Amino acid sequence: MDLDLSSVEPFRAEVRAWLREHVPAAPLPSLEIEEGFAAHRAWERELHEARLSVVSWPEEYGGRNATPLEWLVFEEEYYAAGGPGRVSQNGINLLAPTLFQHGTPEQLARVLPSMASGEVIWAQAWSEPGAGSDLASLRATATRTDGGWLLNGQKTWSSRAAFADWGFGPFRSDPEAERHRGLTYLMFPLDAEGITRRPIGRIDGKPAFAELFFDDVFVPDRDVIGEPGSGWKVAMSTTGNERGLTLRSPGRFLAAADRLVELWREHGDPADTAMRDRVADAWIKARAYRLKGFETISRTEDVGAESSVNKIFWSELDVALHETALDLLGPDGELAGEWLEGYVFSLAGPIYAGTNEIQRNVIAERVLGLPKAGSR
Amino acid sequence: MRFVLDAEQRLFGETLGKLLTEAAVPGVVRDWATGRRERGLALWRSLADAGVFAVAVPESAGGAGPLPVELVTAFHELGRHGAPGPYAEAVAAAVLLDRLGDEAIAGRWLPAIAEGTALVTLALPPAVPYALDADAAGLALLVDGGRLCAAVPGGVRASLDPARRLFPVTPGEVLAEGPRVAAAAAEAYDMGVLACAAQLVGTGRRLLEVSVDYARTRRQFGRPIGEFQAVKHHLADALVGLEYARPLVHGAALAYGTPDFARDVSAAKAAAAEAAYAAAKIALQVHGAIGYTDEYDPSLLIRRARALYTAWGSPSDHRARVVASLAG
Repeated sequence: MDLDLSSVEPFRAEVRAWLREHVPAAPLPSLEIEEGFAAHRAWERELHEARLSVVSWPEEYGGRNATPLEWLVFEEEYYAAGGPGRVSQNGINLLAPTLFQHGTPEQLARVLPSMASGEVIWAQAWSEPGAGSDLASLRATATRTDGGWLLNGQKTWSSRAAFADWGFGPFRSDPEAERHRGLTYLMFPLDAEGITRRPIGRIDGKPAFAELFFDDVFVPDRDVIGEPGSGWKVAMSTTGNERGLTLRSPGRFLAAADRLVELWREHGDPADTAMRDRVADAWIKARAYRLKGFETISRTEDVGAESSVNKIFWSELDVALHETALDLLGPDGELAGEWLEGYVFSLAGPIYAGTNEIQRNVIAERVLGLPKAGSR
Repeated sequence: MRFVLDAEQRLFGETLGKLLTEAAVPGVVRDWATGRRERGLALWRSLADAGVFAVAVPESAGGAGPLPVELVTAFHELGRHGAPGPYAEAVAAAVLLDRLGDEAIAGRWLPAIAEGTALVTLALPPAVPYALDADAAGLALLVDGGRLCAAVPGGVRASLDPARRLFPVTPGEVLAEGPRVAAAAAEAYDMGVLACAAQLVGTGRRLLEVSVDYARTRRQFGRPIGEFQAVKHHLADALVGLEYARPLVHGAALAYGTPDFARDVSAAKAAAAEAAYAAAKIALQVHGAIGYTDEYDPSLLIRRARALYTAWGSPSDHRARVVASLAG
């Protein structure tokens, strides 16, 4: 067992030097508003030109073939340098891994380069009014037609969809099939004929997500991911990524925890040991998450349902860390600023990608081996 | 970079686990609590033979150490089984005696610690004010300000954990003096903290396992109680805490010999204490009344987790140390 990172130090140094030169000195406007979305998209292009937008991808798609360890190091440096939030994260973290697993060579060649450059920003279209954590109850349909499929129905809580270019998600292609059978995974341009998008203000009013209405939207066969009817399997390969390391890399929490310690030095009352303990806990947990990441990439076996353990940990850490910062700011805690933006962002973590209650069920049944309800 | 135990380290843990399983530790604990130490001392010696103490004693002094990853592997197993006796204290004493630089003392006691021929314990006030099992120890140490003394035990104090026989101590013969004592004591403390953290993770793991087993078999309302979400979520939470305490313990072990060691053992101890204690409370709740009995073996581990929560520095002490190290 070792934690010898010396082999990645040259890569770390290169990334650090580039970021020092290029990360905008002033924070970009929030990526959840139109102006900020555009600024973040331009930043993605800048990252891409340095081949730093998708370091772990193969070179042919704009990456560097970085190892998982190099990717972790990139993320550490990125957030330590104050790098902007990644407006393209739903594409690069959720769709791309699915394409690598289930996509055709044609799809990879067509979709990935413009995703890497930020030219096309992707939105995840999974949830429906009647299908949240219970994704298998989704009802939006894909109906067979000449050369493709016609989409009908409604998706909602689609992150980034207010300003994004394309969407992806599962649709019910076999109306007779129930639950996780008879689903097909598709991608579609959000400005396609028949799509109406209505931005939804998240809890702070910013249009961070949208609902999408589909009215006979044509999707050609080439935009089906995996086999028609196998959408559940394809979708589940995404959730593994979403709950695992890739959606929330340790680097983000390490940087936030360091900034929290900084805030404690500036605003903390040394006599307030309860607050000191909360600051310490946030730092310790961020460190634990980093080390757990090293453990995960060192393991050879599939992490599988254990990714649910990760999702609970980082989402609860994110909330606790930002709450602590707001409490340290006292009466200024409610004022708009980077800590508040981070706090509002963190509040969604325990809800999306399967609520933490669902994750606890998954852990109990699939990691600990407890019986499903009604299994006797 | 490979941040998982290698095959040899895993085998070491498995060997110790087998030995401890065969020793039927709960019975040994109950003996120990009433002063019948034969089985506990035999276990101490066989664990020493298997290398539990040697990993903390340098090769030059008859050990195989320092091997901090092996040390936390061993203490994880000691924690899983709840072995009674001053194990963490003995490895801390080994570090203290080694760092002191007094060849006569080191030459006499380090081989005895490595081989398990003597029960060695220590008190490091204020965080470790009592000497565990001082009445049975071949050597009981007390760091009294800048002096290292033989510890003179007073009357035993009863602990929540019946296996923890705690003795208030007063300074006896002075064995060493001067700044080297404080420096050696600081290193000894860090090693004791690391050992205790590893023990806590092991204790918490075992409590989670027995609780899961119980929830799968215990039936109420016509079904296993593990079908109820309220029970599932408790147990899932216990797992989350323990899963993130383990890497901190391993990370701290690998920081041995670096300037970050003190900070990292404190981070590990705070997280391990919280995770193990949370697992203990959940174990008690999931078991219901049987877990609240003296006779039910896992209740020994429930009590151990609570006792170790504040042993070797409370979580708050360790959080303070982490923040102080970052403020530098």
